[in-house]
Amino acid sequence: MAKFVVRRVASYLVLLFVATSLAYIIASIALDPRAIIDVTNASLNRQAIENTLTAYNINPSDPLLLRYWRWLTAVVTEWDWGFTPRGESVNDLVSVRAWVSVRLVTLGTFIGIITGVLTGAWSAVRQYTKADHVVSTSSLVFISTPVIVLAVVLQILAIKFNQATGTQFFEFIGETGATGDYFGAGLVDRLQHLVLPTLSISLFSAAVYSRYQRNLMLDTLGADYVRTARAKGLRKPLAIRRHALRNAIIPMATFFAFDIATIFVGAAITEILFGWHGMGEYLIQSVQRQDINGITATAAFSGATILVGATLSDILIAAVDPRVRS
Amino acid sequence: MSRTLDPTPDTLDDAATAPPDTVRLSRTQLVMRRFWRPLSAKLGAIGLGIVLLLAIFGPSIAQWEHDVVDTSAFLMGPSAEHWFGTTQGGRDVFAMTMRGLRLSLIIGFAVASIQVFLSAVIGAIAAYYGKVIDTAILWIIDLLLVIPSFLLIAVVSQQFAGSQGSLTMFIILLAGFGWMLSARVVRAMTKSVVSLEYVTAAKFMSVPSPVIIFKHVIPNISSYLIIDFTLGVVRAIMSETALSYFGFGVQSPDTSLGTLLAQGAPRATTSGWVFLAPALVLVFILLSVNFLGDSLRDALDPSSKSGGEV
Repeated sequence: MAKFVVRRVASYLVLLFVATSLAYIIASIALDPRAIIDVTNASLNRQAIENTLTAYNINPSDPLLLRYWRWLTAVVTEWDWGFTPRGESVNDLVSVRAWVSVRLVTLGTFIGIITGVLTGAWSAVRQYTKADHVVSTSSLVFISTPVIVLAVVLQILAIKFNQATGTQFFEFIGETGATGDYFGAGLVDRLQHLVLPTLSISLFSAAVYSRYQRNLMLDTLGADYVRTARAKGLRKPLAIRRHALRNAIIPMATFFAFDIATIFVGAAITEILFGWHGMGEYLIQSVQRQDINGITATAAFSGATILVGATLSDILIAAVDPRVRS
Repeated sequence: MSRTLDPTPDTLDDAATAPPDTVRLSRTQLVMRRFWRPLSAKLGAIGLGIVLLLAIFGPSIAQWEHDVVDTSAFLMGPSAEHWFGTTQGGRDVFAMTMRGLRLSLIIGFAVASIQVFLSAVIGAIAAYYGKVIDTAILWIIDLLLVIPSFLLIAVVSQQFAGSQGSLTMFIILLAGFGWMLSARVVRAMTKSVVSLEYVTAAKFMSVPSPVIIFKHVIPNISSYLIIDFTLGVVRAIMSETALSYFGFGVQSPDTSLGTLLAQGAPRATTSGWVFLAPALVLVFILLSVNFLGDSLRDALDPSSKSGGEV
């Protein structure tokens, strides 16, 4: 088991190295940090700009391989991921933004997973009844609603609600806002700001999970071991929970592991629409601002989270299925 | 029950070959029957039909061109002249939505076709040849999965923004980064097929490998590929919308549903028409394709119960 995991992790590290290097090289070829500078301004000191860009190791006039080598040695020896074209340290930016992402997506992801599994299993037990049709249709509707549309619709509804009740119950700009001075006001304020982004993250994934869970559950409900459990006198709810549901959740583990990984940078639209400054927003900004080092760092970050997810699912599957370990 | 019982079956043999009260359905008939039964399939087909008609004829029934600026109407609500109102820049929202609908559909179907082709061929090649080729292909798939494709598409498509072939380039980029997961599934599914007797027989009769792959291996997984196609359409339209929303996809003066949503979203609460029209059309397209795909999956599943009694 340990040997199996070590082998997978080693091959994943090689993959991550190649992928990050590719991202660096492609970004370096395609982007030009000089594009964010106003070239029509005659009073600019061009030599100073060139020197600054060279100091940040993002000057397109330097040979690509030389830049790559400098970047690689800095990352390997000092864990220094370089600077943005404006001179901010990429390390600092990422370490702040990664935690913003964690605060934003954790709740939404778990709510999505739990709701999806429960509604999927519930509707599978009631296959082809009215309840099943309602769950299936509404999950298809949510799957077909991109997060851009869903988030804006939620905002419109929240404004209508706030206006109708004359309160500021729903907050949807940023992480925190004006707080009162009673005990726990800060926490209440944070929760108010979390409601809508959490809904916009969890509704889509709950819908996707409930589809998967329903299909898997239909398979296990018809399985022999569930019939055996019923035949030996187990009550139906117990047979469903202990035998059908447990077996149907195992394949879902892979989805969960990958989903938790990809959601860090995948929540870009939610972050931007709700004014959270997390990794997803940085990913978009780094491309818009010709930030080569930033792109490479986000690529490495998201690659690393995907591989952590893949390792997690490998371990989960190996723990469940003895045939994989050999 | 269309066949009545033969009153005097001459021999036992006769009775066995013609079972008295069953209707024989070919696989296609069975699939079509199962497919048409649920309401969602009909809704999906009708919806997609409407969307296709709008994409073809929408731009010609619009009173305005999508890139024409009406200098007498900036950010005006719906009226007789501008059915869905105008944008901040004075362009007709109805014409832009129709143009965006057409582009989204072209991108969705083109990307999904290329993706399905790539994943079928690459997955089947990996399974058929095995050994070094299999390992190499798996490694490339893993590598492409680790690279954040969104980032690379954004970086590269910015280079081509506004140029002549930008749409083609965009389609190639989306398809080029979207085939990997399906290729893995195809590889796993065809692994068992390539060791079947008829494939071995074809090899010994020196049928060329490409012919074996296309004629004997890939048809076995056609139902998976059909379903994958519908999912691919949905994924491609969603990626296009997200990329264009951030300004990395279709560029002005051309318009897509994503760029329209990007213009409408900040003003959705005050002048909702700019946002509402593309949002509704987008959800309508995705819902139709999802309904169709869902019914197809039910119909193509051999253990499906959705066909009812035969």
